[in-house]
Amino acid sequence: MSIDGQSVPGPGAAAQGTTVPATRRAVIVGGNRIPFARAGGAYAKSSNQDMLTAALDGLIARFGLQDERIGQVAAGAVLKHSRDFNLTREAVLGSALSAETPVYDLQQACATGLETVVGLANKIKLGQIDSAISGGVDSASDAPVVVSEGLREIILDLNRAKTLPQRLQILSRLRPKDLAPLAPGTSEPRTGLSMGEHQALTTAQWKITREAQDELALNSHRNLGAAFDSGFFDDLMTPYRGLTRDANLRADTSMEKLASLKPVFGRNLGADATMTAGNSTPLTDGASTVLLASEEWADARDLPKLAAVVDAEAAAVDFVHGKDGLLMAPVFAVPRLLARHNLTLADIDYFEIHEAFAATVLSTLAAWEDDEFGRTRLGLDGAFGSIDRSRLNVNGSSLAAGHPFAATGGRIVATLAKMLHAKGNSNGRPARGLVSVCAAGGQGVVAILESL
Amino acid sequence: MTDTYTQLVSSGPARSLAKKLGLPQPVALRRYEPGQPLVTGPVVVQGSTAGADKLAAELLSWNLDVRRHAVPAEKLGAIILVLDELEHPADLEKPVLAAAASLRDLRPGGRVITVSHPASEASSPASAAARQGVDGFLRSLAKELRAGATGNGVLLADGLPPTSPSSLGAIRFFLSGRSAFVDGQFLTVSSEHGELPGDPEKPLAGKVAVVTGAARGIGAQIARTLHRDGATLVLVDIPAAGDQLAAVANGVRATALQLDISAADAGQRILDHAVQRHGRLDIVVHNAGITRDKLLANMDQARWSSVININIAAQLRINEALLASEHFRSSPRIVSVASTSGIAGNRGQTNYAASKAGVMGMVHATAPLLAARGGTINAVAPGFIETEMTARIPFAVREVARRLNSLQQGGLPSDVAETIAFLASDAAGGINGEVLRVCGQNLVGA
Repeated sequence: MSIDGQSVPGPGAAAQGTTVPATRRAVIVGGNRIPFARAGGAYAKSSNQDMLTAALDGLIARFGLQDERIGQVAAGAVLKHSRDFNLTREAVLGSALSAETPVYDLQQACATGLETVVGLANKIKLGQIDSAISGGVDSASDAPVVVSEGLREIILDLNRAKTLPQRLQILSRLRPKDLAPLAPGTSEPRTGLSMGEHQALTTAQWKITREAQDELALNSHRNLGAAFDSGFFDDLMTPYRGLTRDANLRADTSMEKLASLKPVFGRNLGADATMTAGNSTPLTDGASTVLLASEEWADARDLPKLAAVVDAEAAAVDFVHGKDGLLMAPVFAVPRLLARHNLTLADIDYFEIHEAFAATVLSTLAAWEDDEFGRTRLGLDGAFGSIDRSRLNVNGSSLAAGHPFAATGGRIVATLAKMLHAKGNSNGRPARGLVSVCAAGGQGVVAILESL
Repeated sequence: MTDTYTQLVSSGPARSLAKKLGLPQPVALRRYEPGQPLVTGPVVVQGSTAGADKLAAELLSWNLDVRRHAVPAEKLGAIILVLDELEHPADLEKPVLAAAASLRDLRPGGRVITVSHPASEASSPASAAARQGVDGFLRSLAKELRAGATGNGVLLADGLPPTSPSSLGAIRFFLSGRSAFVDGQFLTVSSEHGELPGDPEKPLAGKVAVVTGAARGIGAQIARTLHRDGATLVLVDIPAAGDQLAAVANGVRATALQLDISAADAGQRILDHAVQRHGRLDIVVHNAGITRDKLLANMDQARWSSVININIAAQLRINEALLASEHFRSSPRIVSVASTSGIAGNRGQTNYAASKAGVMGMVHATAPLLAARGGTINAVAPGFIETEMTARIPFAVREVARRLNSLQQGGLPSDVAETIAFLASDAAGGINGEVLRVCGQNLVGA
């Protein structure tokens, strides 16, 4: 269907005057990701660009998009080299897509992947584009290492100096400590606390037990393992660098094994420390992509339509002053989003709540089940509600798969779209899914998908 | 994978040295490229029957330089012996000796093609003897030809003229560079079905084809050849080979289907994908296969069963689904990859040879079922092909194996792919239930 050149549609009804286009459906055609690897593992020598290109090429092969000019591609990475300012465009140029495909990079911490889905779906709904690929990638292995602030200033001053004496004078400022490189951290700039330490505060606040966290982690591994065994990922994943499954998956783990691990976060709580390497996500490398389209575009190419992107909501919390936990923004976003559609938690068939830490999911559920929180913080008559746990992360989530920050949103959206399509209509309505992703900086993005 | 010896002896002092020492002198074969002439020079049609006249007229309409008698000292592209009215072995003499006179004028990469009827359908013992005589004659002649020239035969079911569509299709295939590594073989045309393509460069235009095992080696080359010939492709391989499969698919504008063909629902999933994404399914190439070599005394259950399951049981199961489908009814084509191991046997390959012989048995028995739908099923049996798999054979063994055929070299994946593309085309519509060897007339299993 691709044509040579980038022809402009002839003047039509829209040319008669400026009109606001009516919205239409944005559908999820499918997705592709590479297996996620633990940092320093199979993808230790792969760059973000390598991994994103691989994920794109797998998507292109699955849906026959070779030389296709896609309406727009948006993707991003959280840990990004400064040279990768056009990361996604470079990946597209290295892929089998038409080089005439426009692109933008986006960065919204761990919500990057989901936000690209939301933004591109909105453009499709508005009629601005007919097709789109959203994506995300992260490498904790190939992370940028930065020179010290002192050395950076000296180098910049040297660049501006005109004479040799000036240069020598500037160089004389150099001290040994300036030569130590700065490794990237996941600490919050305003608190100095790592994400895990922040969650440890929230975990304690909501009195989430070690056992409950380990049980959630165990389910994540078991569910993801079962999904692989049943071939669920055969049309969602393309192998990369020898990996055919997520390297972090431990399908044979047990409550005993998880219970044997020592706490790694909140250790200042002493005996009350509950967060271990087993119930926290590890640093991970990986990439994911999702193909989005208008119904007409998908139909014209005989492509599947799995689910529609219904709506999305973002929220943020004031974690700096301790009003809410760092990763609790979705607790506020979900009630607002569901209210907009007159839905309750009981109307959702599948919940995909990103497992940054097992305790993040459990704190979120605890807040929704809390009467006082519902009244004082959410402005409801009582508790927001509880969910049917058998509908939660049924094909596993980040604790088992790993969490390459910007790639998680795409993993979840493609997985959920396939599940919704398989469930299809029941009780006279389409199957509904809720995606919830928390992010650094006290942010969160949530979305509703509906089966087609 | 490069055949250094062939490169070495094709020119310069090494060439004359090899000749003096009586060493094998393989040459680079004439292989098909789009735009290339069908043959390298004039074509002599030997034979005085009405069938020979009609065939000569038909070849003339292809804009070939056609002779009914050889011109002395004129270099030739091909000699076609039309032997369609043999009543007695003595009838062979005249056309055979006429051909003999021009053999030395055959250009490198030349062709000798016999056109005759199968002995099994002969009406008298003398006629059967003459017809069977063609078999021994052609196979021996093929072994005498040098410089990349090949000899092959077309066998016409009784009642079919040499100008029936698939006879022409087979002659065209044997004349062309597409049959470079097919030597000393007969191909039976059993019906009037088939038609020559409108555009000889795109014989598969408008067709949707599935290739299994397409991520690597011969399968990847089959994909590239079918794509070049105009087919729209669905490429299948196991999920674990998905990255290589994607790379092949993106090179030929195909869709990649990650699927284990031994899954119970594989046939249905292939059909669903082809029909949903491409609207139809015309051609299925069963290429996926594995080897798990062990002497039978050391054979274990896993090695035996995995080879049988993937190489033949999966094909049987997929064919059942195809034959049950309403979407596989419009001149459908199935082409399976067998092996000369399944014909001649191979030490250490009892499981593999059983599976590949099984493929040939399946093809024979499935042919009537496809004929009922206006379709065909055939197999190709590759001999020594230069692939990653054969590159792992120890040097000395490999060097012997690749020279033990009339062309004194290994074939390329493209040689197998060209043969499959021909059998999948409309031109081969009258060829059904056949096994065509792509082995350079390998000395074993003849």
